[in-house]
Amino acid sequence: MSTAQTNYLLRWGDKKDLWKLDGYRLQGGFRSLRKALLMKPADIVAEVKKATIRGRGGAGFPAGVKWGFVPAGDGPRYLVINADEGEPGTFKDRALLTEDPFRIIEGAAIAARAVGLTAGYVYMRGEFLEIARKFEEAIAAARKAGYLGKSILGSGLSFDLFVHLGAGAYICGEETALLESLEGKPGRPRLKPPFPAVKGAFARPTVINNVETIAAIPVVLEIGGDAFHRLGVEGDGGVKLFGLSGHVNRPGLYEFPMGKNLKEFIFEDGGGITDGKALKGVIPGGSSTPILKPDEIDVPMTFDGLKSVGSMLGTGCATVIAEGTCMVQVALRVAKFYAHESCGQCTPCREGCAWMASTIDRFERGVASLGEIDLLLDVARNIKGRTICPLGEAAAMPVEALVTKFRDEFEAHVRAGGCPSVAG
Amino acid sequence: MQLEFSADNEARLGRLLAEYPDRQACLLPALYIAQEQFGYLTHEVMELVAERIGMPPGEVLSTATFYTMFRKRPTGKYHIQVCGNVSCFLRGSDRLMTALSKTLGIGDGETTEDGLFTLSAVQCLAACGTAPALQVNDTYYEEMTPEKVVELVGRLREEAK
Repeated sequence: MSTAQTNYLLRWGDKKDLWKLDGYRLQGGFRSLRKALLMKPADIVAEVKKATIRGRGGAGFPAGVKWGFVPAGDGPRYLVINADEGEPGTFKDRALLTEDPFRIIEGAAIAARAVGLTAGYVYMRGEFLEIARKFEEAIAAARKAGYLGKSILGSGLSFDLFVHLGAGAYICGEETALLESLEGKPGRPRLKPPFPAVKGAFARPTVINNVETIAAIPVVLEIGGDAFHRLGVEGDGGVKLFGLSGHVNRPGLYEFPMGKNLKEFIFEDGGGITDGKALKGVIPGGSSTPILKPDEIDVPMTFDGLKSVGSMLGTGCATVIAEGTCMVQVALRVAKFYAHESCGQCTPCREGCAWMASTIDRFERGVASLGEIDLLLDVARNIKGRTICPLGEAAAMPVEALVTKFRDEFEAHVRAGGCPSVAG
Repeated sequence: MQLEFSADNEARLGRLLAEYPDRQACLLPALYIAQEQFGYLTHEVMELVAERIGMPPGEVLSTATFYTMFRKRPTGKYHIQVCGNVSCFLRGSDRLMTALSKTLGIGDGETTEDGLFTLSAVQCLAACGTAPALQVNDTYYEEMTPEKVVELVGRLREEAK
């Protein structure tokens, strides 16, 4: 039987005023915060641990464990909400920020109570300026109503939230680059350790969570950690937003329990491939996740499920590619992106990403030789494991997968002296 | 000529300083305010920002040049930014770029002679489910077609009159 859609997070379809404070309260908004204010902080962390909600930004680190890393102590301690959504193929946080901002604010205040945080920053990509302005209005309304600021709802907990805009650098989605950017510097990732939980923003203990992770926290408190866990699978709890884009009949955002079958998602919920074409490949969770061929997609969408076929769940937003698409072009778009977004700090990434992009461009222009296929794989392998942050891997893995799985197309470009598909 | 922030922007800068525990953290928002007032960031503008925040101009330059959204040269009144990444490419973004180039008479990174339009190919805008997408300044336009972009340019031309 097919796994049905749920609506714990994706619930604005029939609740039009959710983005307004009154509309949010009408749907039971801030009940979880009230509950949290009566709980011991350690008990809130315990609930989030039981929920086994793995980081929704793509890395999949359990949020409760992350919260548990923050050492006890006084002084400023920060929450940073990562809203720098920009991994190609991914479009889930933008919807949450627009449609359900108070859910995020409530989740932030609960995190503050649980971990003892004093202030929070929502780091939004610069292109989200219009969303940021509306989000700031939501923050102001929440502050006025006593859900943020000094002594939240008379509890003695003081916590405030601010929006910080990035300025067009994908690397700032990496948590330590984000911290550098928040501090007014170029977004170059830091060496770890120290980890942000110990020494993060402004050299203070800091919790960094993705927008969707924070938005799920009020749900965890509402239904309980165990119940949230049971919605998903063992060790990968709850529900998650999943996206479909590309050559699919019903692109868009969906919500399912963890463990939804990827093939079923595309062919049943997504309505199959456009124009009745055959499927050629699926990039399962953002452009850094290795492409899967049609016979590899009968897997559960969990962090471990996608790993079992040599890819990753990533952000859960899949890009569907139909027969007839030039995979050298796809590889070129992916490689150019990472070449453009490498911060330049580590030589293997800075040089390697640029070389991958220019080599793939040679195939597309028909001037590459057959030997350059292995050269491309060699460059990709020499980036991996040799950089401070995962951007190097994020660039190398998809190129490796595309070249390995569609090697015949790279060869065809050499033989044809250019792209054999006329439209390509 | 000595550059100055407007009184409004001075007040905004003052409020910023209260939102962050550290002056340098105000740099990105301060650069946005400067860009809004002066249109783009010249060395003089960056020096003004450096002076107001109290940090070396070289560090302001270092940060400002790292980020693509801080403009270092004049941009048209309408900055049309077309995403060309995978999901938009699969849904025909190249055709949008061609149609825009033709109707505006400019290529990627260029500005029309009347200073009205700048056309840029940009990276993923996080609107893949409604691809192909573009932004005009800070506003999103999604599920675009070549016909729709030409019509959009026409509307913007009217609006600018």
